[in-house]
Amino acid sequence: MNNGFNRRRRNAISGLAYLLCVLATIIALIPLMLILFYVIRQGAPAMNLDFLTQLPKPVGETGGGMGNAIVGSLMLIGIAAVIGLPLGVLAGTYLAEFRSPRLSWTVRLLADILSGVPSIIIGVFVYTLLVLTMKHFSALAGGVALAILMLPTVARTTEEMLRMVPDTLREASLALGISRWRTIVSIIIKTAGGGIMTGIMLALARIAGETAPLLFTALSSRTWPTGLDKPVASLPVQIYTYAISPYEDWHQQAWAGSLVLVIMVLLLSVGSKLYFGRKMRSVR
Amino acid sequence: MSFINNQRDKFRRAPLPARERLGDTLFRIIAFLAAATIVLIIALLVIQLFRGAIPSIREFGFGFLSSTEWDPVNDLYGAWPFIYGTLVSSLLALLFAVPLSLGIAIFLSQFAPGWLRAPLGFIVELLAAIPSVVYGLWGIFVLAPFLGETIEPFFSDHFGSIPIFAGPVYGVGLFSAAVVLAIMILPTISAISRESMLNVPRDLKEAAQALGATPWETVRMSVLPLARPGIIGAVILGLGRALGETMAVTMVIGNRPEVSASIFAPAYTIASVIANEFAEVTAGLHMAALIELALILLAITLLLNLLARLLVQQTGARAARGKDKRA
Repeated sequence: MNNGFNRRRRNAISGLAYLLCVLATIIALIPLMLILFYVIRQGAPAMNLDFLTQLPKPVGETGGGMGNAIVGSLMLIGIAAVIGLPLGVLAGTYLAEFRSPRLSWTVRLLADILSGVPSIIIGVFVYTLLVLTMKHFSALAGGVALAILMLPTVARTTEEMLRMVPDTLREASLALGISRWRTIVSIIIKTAGGGIMTGIMLALARIAGETAPLLFTALSSRTWPTGLDKPVASLPVQIYTYAISPYEDWHQQAWAGSLVLVIMVLLLSVGSKLYFGRKMRSVR
Repeated sequence: MSFINNQRDKFRRAPLPARERLGDTLFRIIAFLAAATIVLIIALLVIQLFRGAIPSIREFGFGFLSSTEWDPVNDLYGAWPFIYGTLVSSLLALLFAVPLSLGIAIFLSQFAPGWLRAPLGFIVELLAAIPSVVYGLWGIFVLAPFLGETIEPFFSDHFGSIPIFAGPVYGVGLFSAAVVLAIMILPTISAISRESMLNVPRDLKEAAQALGATPWETVRMSVLPLARPGIIGAVILGLGRALGETMAVTMVIGNRPEVSASIFAPAYTIASVIANEFAEVTAGLHMAALIELALILLAITLLLNLLARLLVQQTGARAARGKDKRA
């Protein structure tokens, strides 16, 4: 008797495998629900206008907020975007439009590898590069660290989106006597615009939540940001400092800060996916 | 590939005005420079960290890797407790995350009804969007206390005689760090494995089905073997992320540079010690030792990523070949 041909048993095994896979998916969703649940439950009570607009109060005084950290985070993201976006989009364009096989392969591989380098190491790198030479912690150093983190993501998504543009479009444009660079800038990149924007938003969402590379580049501050060459507070670092502090009301504020951060990140990533996803579908 | 992408094409294009030709050259150079920055960053990264680590490398040599002393007061530094904590927490995380991720990937690519695949995949990927400091916050105040009161006492009470489950339990420690890490790397591993499972040519699955294979047998015999390099790549990428994850781990692992057999004991990782100590040191051997730790972590993650990318590329290439053959 060969059990391998026992249909009923094989079907049972298959059903069991199916159930286990469903179970795995459900188990994976539990932590997501729990985290969102706790962030909302613990964060919402501490959330108010003061929290969003006020400076932190000294230890022992209640009230105050993370206004400076929110502004600081926006500032850091802004610096990172100014440096990282043009570089990333151009690098992606190079990979997709000027396909010199060997160099592109190398750059692509290195971009993928760079995106796998732990963010704390990028922090150490920028520290040795900028903080040591400028002799102080600065918003600029923090922004550069974030820019390096977003560079590979932006480059690779730009490349992938440009590759999805059909070659007939390029050929048509060139046949009309339009130069290559104008073709790329005003036809190819424009066509792939929605996809590239999604990639950019996802990259921004990722760096908005980064803490480790800011710990010793942008450092932190308890005042409003004053300049590019000064330490600056950021939402993730503030959450971290408050979370590991021994004070109960700081823990409250850490939860509220997390709520703001999670909303910010989800708006950026989910919003852009939904918005641009729909737009791209309508183009097709 | 179409001819327009071939730089050495023999076609005579319509002559362009000089200004436009200049524009083409300039654009090409600028784009090239942007692409070259990526190469430059990696090169600088390695050089800078190596230079920063030199004092420590000179002082301790290879002994740095095996020494368990971490004593800033007497300027004695050894990396072993951190290497140990990093490896054990990450490998434990893989142990939890890989079976779950594969289950998800198989479900989302093979079993789930069509309408459910996109939304479910999207929700699983949301796990990757949550910032690691939020994982850490949740880890300290919710997960670690929960594990410390339920699962950890259960194991240490019933299996405490086995060294890896020995008490005392604190909640914070290797085990909690591994659980948080597992949740964090789950979307990475499941998304990439799903991708390589979707790349398996359809006719191979249909061949198995035509021979009377059950759905699971189809997966086991035609999907998994072909997707294997991609899955291994995904697991390695997940490992790379776990090794380098900083904030969440720092917040729940207990930050104690000790090597203990028990998985419930507090430990320390390379990334965590850098996060905790780097901003406070100004110079000297302490900083060099921290930078050397960063260099070790960088070396490990560079190698793992290289390996993983080559493996993932391989399944992609094989799928592309399969498609060409059918066309």
